[in-house]
Amino acid sequence: MLNGLFKTQLALGLAQAGVAALAAIAVMLLARRRHIHVERETVVALVRGLAQIMIVGSILVLMLRGPRWTSVFILAAMTVAAAATSARRAKRIPGAFRVSLYAIAAGAGTVIALMTFAGAIDTAITALVPVGSMLIANAMNTNGLALDRFRSEVYAHVGQVEAGLALGAAPEQTVAPYVQAAYQASLIPAIDNLRSLGIVWIPGLMAGMVLSGSPPLYAAVYQFVVIAMIFAASGLTCLISTTLIRERAFSPAEQLVLRPGAVTAR
Amino acid sequence: MPHPIVRTEHLTRAVDGRRIVDDISIEVEQGDVLAIVGPSGAGKSSFLRLLNRLDEPSSGTFYVDGRDYREISPRALRRRLGMVMQTAFLFPGTVAENVRFGPRQHGGTLDDEAIARLLEQVALPGFASRNVANLSGGEAQRVAFARCLANSPDVLLLDEPTSALDDAAKREIESLVREIVVARRLTCLIVTHDTAQAARIAQRVMVIENGKLSRIGSLQEVLGVERTV
Repeated sequence: MLNGLFKTQLALGLAQAGVAALAAIAVMLLARRRHIHVERETVVALVRGLAQIMIVGSILVLMLRGPRWTSVFILAAMTVAAAATSARRAKRIPGAFRVSLYAIAAGAGTVIALMTFAGAIDTAITALVPVGSMLIANAMNTNGLALDRFRSEVYAHVGQVEAGLALGAAPEQTVAPYVQAAYQASLIPAIDNLRSLGIVWIPGLMAGMVLSGSPPLYAAVYQFVVIAMIFAASGLTCLISTTLIRERAFSPAEQLVLRPGAVTAR
Repeated sequence: MPHPIVRTEHLTRAVDGRRIVDDISIEVEQGDVLAIVGPSGAGKSSFLRLLNRLDEPSSGTFYVDGRDYREISPRALRRRLGMVMQTAFLFPGTVAENVRFGPRQHGGTLDDEAIARLLEQVALPGFASRNVANLSGGEAQRVAFARCLANSPDVLLLDEPTSALDDAAKREIESLVREIVVARRLTCLIVTHDTAQAARIAQRVMVIENGKLSRIGSLQEVLGVERTV
């Protein structure tokens, strides 16, 4: 229907974005009827998301014409933005931004570097930046989930953690079950993606490759390559972030500082 | 002259500008049983948490057998000044796994016989293989005592260990505390809001109000009563 109404591709794209946003707003209004208020957050996220992707698209047009080494700077900037987004999910965790930055840079960065070196990712800026951004974005999501789950688990088990400390246990020992729970929970989406690949969903990358003329079988196998890389990057990121964050849950004198609410006299 | 086993010197903890423990200086001799009483929110448990170093003093200090607490690693200090909390907070698994937890943290082991002896002491013979999920409140608190004693502490810090228990379980824990303290020659600081309980367990009493030490002395001096057991 929209195809017949718009002559330029940009106008068509904006109209499609409007329709998709309307669907999201309709869901938001349904939620509102059940007294779940996410109106402001949804509208801001929609406007922000569209503006960001259009700005990035415009910058990419310019940068894709640049030399290959500029990919490093683009991916580095994406990593910083990803860390900031992740850290917002982990409010009240001391040093969440730094932890997220180190974890995403080391987790996604290592996988991107290794895969580029091995030839699984092409060094052309048109391949490295989109594939790298997928790895960084998924690492960001996993990291945010891990930090959020770790905080919830520790908040729910302050008594057990302090009972362990009071018996002379090492801090990392007292939170070990919660690190494990956070790690497992945060990797569920990545595992499910891998499991349901091709059955429940056909990812955009594969569809794009087929549309641009790549043999469908190669496109399918390469999609698996990307999803496996996403899993590796997310897993490594999460492993690093949960290791770093468990240290920040305690003071130098091995006292639990990651705890809910204000401290009052008891 | 021997040092008091615990001595606090102007011990203070302030949070957001409010002094929840305010300038407390006391001495506790080896073998003393000192009850800490006072109204809710007075800072009794906060004071005890400082001695186990679960919280950090803002100023002042305390000494354990003459050594400043900062000269002792937090883990070693916590083993020496063992703490039993209001709720048992047992770890998932068996009673034996809980009792082994402390010694295992510093490379020690407890054989089955040692565990059986500890469980006898807390009147839970034959409980070693029981899952902690199936214990009553009183039984769980006894396991918490056994778990603490497995570290062979010199001082027991008891933070209202009977407040979540019914009267029968409360009396059992009280007699357990008296027996353990005598049998192991332990020093004990027990937080309680119940002055009658203080009279059943302690030799001395300190009263904390608004974070400050208001009185300290014998049962007779502070509460005007004699020991009732």
